[in-house]
Amino acid sequence: MRRYLVRRLLLLVPVLLGVSVIIFMVLHLAPGDPAEIMLGSQATQADLARLRAELGLTEPLSVQYVRWLGLVARGDLGRSIWMKRPVLAEVLGRFKATLVLTGSALLLSTVGGLALGIASATRPNSLLDRLSAVASLFGASMPVFWLGIVLMVIFALWLGWLPASGMFSPYGGGDLRDLLLHLALPAVTLAAASVTIIARLTRSTMLETLGQDYIRTARAKGVVERAVVLRHGLKNALIPIVTVVGVQAGYLLGGAVLTETVFAWPGVGTLMVQGILARDFPLVQGCVLVVALSFVLINLGVDLLYAWLDPRIRYE
Amino acid sequence: MSVRVATVPSAVERGTNATRRSRALARIARRNRLAVLAALTLLAAVLLALLAPWLPLLDPDTVDTPNRLRPPLTAGHRLGTDEFGRDLLARLVWGARVSLLAGVGTAAAAMLIGVALGILGGFYTGWVETVVMRLTDILMAFPYILLAIAIVAGLGPGLRNAMIAIAIVGFPIYTRLVRGVVLSLREREFVEAARALGATDPLILGRHILPHLLSPVIVAFSLDVGAKILATAGLSFLGLGTQPPTADWGSMLATGRQFVILSPHVVLLPGLAIFAIVLALNLVGDALRDLLDPRTHAR
Repeated sequence: MRRYLVRRLLLLVPVLLGVSVIIFMVLHLAPGDPAEIMLGSQATQADLARLRAELGLTEPLSVQYVRWLGLVARGDLGRSIWMKRPVLAEVLGRFKATLVLTGSALLLSTVGGLALGIASATRPNSLLDRLSAVASLFGASMPVFWLGIVLMVIFALWLGWLPASGMFSPYGGGDLRDLLLHLALPAVTLAAASVTIIARLTRSTMLETLGQDYIRTARAKGVVERAVVLRHGLKNALIPIVTVVGVQAGYLLGGAVLTETVFAWPGVGTLMVQGILARDFPLVQGCVLVVALSFVLINLGVDLLYAWLDPRIRYE
Repeated sequence: MSVRVATVPSAVERGTNATRRSRALARIARRNRLAVLAALTLLAAVLLALLAPWLPLLDPDTVDTPNRLRPPLTAGHRLGTDEFGRDLLARLVWGARVSLLAGVGTAAAAMLIGVALGILGGFYTGWVETVVMRLTDILMAFPYILLAIAIVAGLGPGLRNAMIAIAIVGFPIYTRLVRGVVLSLREREFVEAARALGATDPLILGRHILPHLLSPVIVAFSLDVGAKILATAGLSFLGLGTQPPTADWGSMLATGRQFVILSPHVVLLPGLAIFAIVLALNLVGDALRDLLDPRTHAR
C-alpha cells in the first residue's frame, strides 16, 4: 500500500504544476494589459503603475509565473483588489461554507442513492424502480439553478417552511438548528442530480452482484435476506459505487458555484462570481486554486480508498 | 494476400434488404416511442429556432414597460411578458436559437478537438501520447464548471467566450473515449495487415480506424449536447455568458429571478424550455446508444 501511495503522490506533481500554470494563465488570457482590465478605464497612471509593480506585470511571463508559484507555495495568494484584504484568509473563510454545503449534499446523495439503489435492485421493475429510472433521467436534464429557484419558491416563499437564502438568520440565529434550516434547500438542490446517478449505479452493480453464485450459496445456507443483500451483496458491489461517489464529490464542489448563487450561500462560489464581475483576478485565482486543490485531493483520496478496498489495484 | 470477392446484390435482394431495414426501424421506433416523441420535440424546437425571423412573433427586444410582468394568456402576449414588458414567447423562441447553437456549437468544437487529440494520443506512442494524456489529466483535475468559469474570468464575460471555455473544458471526455478505442484497434489484425501492405498512417487512420470511432462518438455527442446546453445556460445564469439584451434561456432565468414571487412564469418558462430540450436530447441519446452500441443489446 505504501508503494502505491508514493506512486500516486508522485503522479500528482505534474498535475499540480499543470493546474498552477492554468490558474496563472487566467490572468493573462485576456488581450491587453491585466492592470487596465482590473482597474477599469477610470484608473490613473499612478494606480496602474502601482498595480503592475505589485503583481510584477512588467517582468517576462516565465519570471512572473515562478515568482507567483513561490508565493503560492508559501501560502501567499496576494491581496484582493476589490476587498483590499489578503486573498487566502478570505477564500479559506468562505471555503468552510462551501465544504458544509458540499459535504451535506454528498452525505444526502450517498445515503439516498444507496438506499434507493438497493431498494430498486432487490425489487427490479417495481413501481419504485421505475420511478427511480424516471427521476434519474429528470435529474440529468434539469438545470440545477432552476430546481433551486423552484424549490425556493415552493418551500420558502409559498409554504414559508424554510428560509430562502443565506447561511444564518441575520437576527437571533447562529445555532445548529438555524444552520440546518438554511442548509436544507441548497443541500437538496445540489444533491438532486447526484442521488439519481448513485442510485442507478448502485442498482446495476447490486443486480450484477446479487446474480452471483456466492449469493445463491449464502441464501441456500439460510442466511437472512437482509444479511445476504447488505453483507454479501453490497460489500462486493462497493468498489464502483465508491468511485462514482468520489466523482460526485468533485462534481458537487463545482456545482456548488451555481447553487450558492441561487441561495446567496456565502461560499467560495459566490465569492468567485463576485470576483469575476469586479475583475479582481487575484481573488478569482485564489478561489479556483483552493477548489481545484481540494478536487485533486478528493480524487487522490478516492483512489487510495479503492486501492484499500480492492487489493488487486495496488499490485497492478 | 487475401482476395476480396465483391458481389453485387440483385434488385430483389436490395428490395428485401430495404424492407428488412425499414421493418427493423419500425420495430425500434415502436419500442422507443418516448425517443421518437423526443426526436419530434427536438425537430420542432430546431425548426422554430431556425424560422424565428419569419414567424409571426413580436420583436423580442422591444421594451413596453406599461405591460411589464403580464401573466401568460394575456391578450397579445400568449406567454406573458418579462420585467421590461418584452414578449416572453418571442424571447423564448429567439433564445432557443442562442441556446441550441451554443449547445451544438460547443459540443461540436469539443468533439473535433477531443477526437483529433484522442486519435493522436492513441495511435502514436512516445511524447505525443504523453503530452496529450497529461493535458487531459490536468484539465480533468478541475471541476468541470469551475474551469469554465475560470477561463471566462480570463477572457471576459460574453457568449463567445463562454462557448470557447466550455469547449476547452469539454474535449477531454472525447479524448479519453477515442484514445481507448484507438488503443485497442491499433493492435488488431486488420491494421497490421494494412500496414504490411504498405498503407501510410493517414490512410490507416482514415480508412480503417475512423469508421470504428463513428458510433461511440455519435452516442457521446448526442448525450453531450444536452450537457453543453446546461453548461452555457449555467454560465449565462451567473452573468458570464450571453449579455443583455440578447435573449438566452439561462440569462432569462437569471434576470427573472428577482421577480419570481410576483411572476413565477418569467422563471418557470425558460427553465422548462431548458429542461424539455435537454430531456429530449438525453432520451434520443439513450436510444441512439441502444441502437449503435452492440454491448447494450444483450441487456
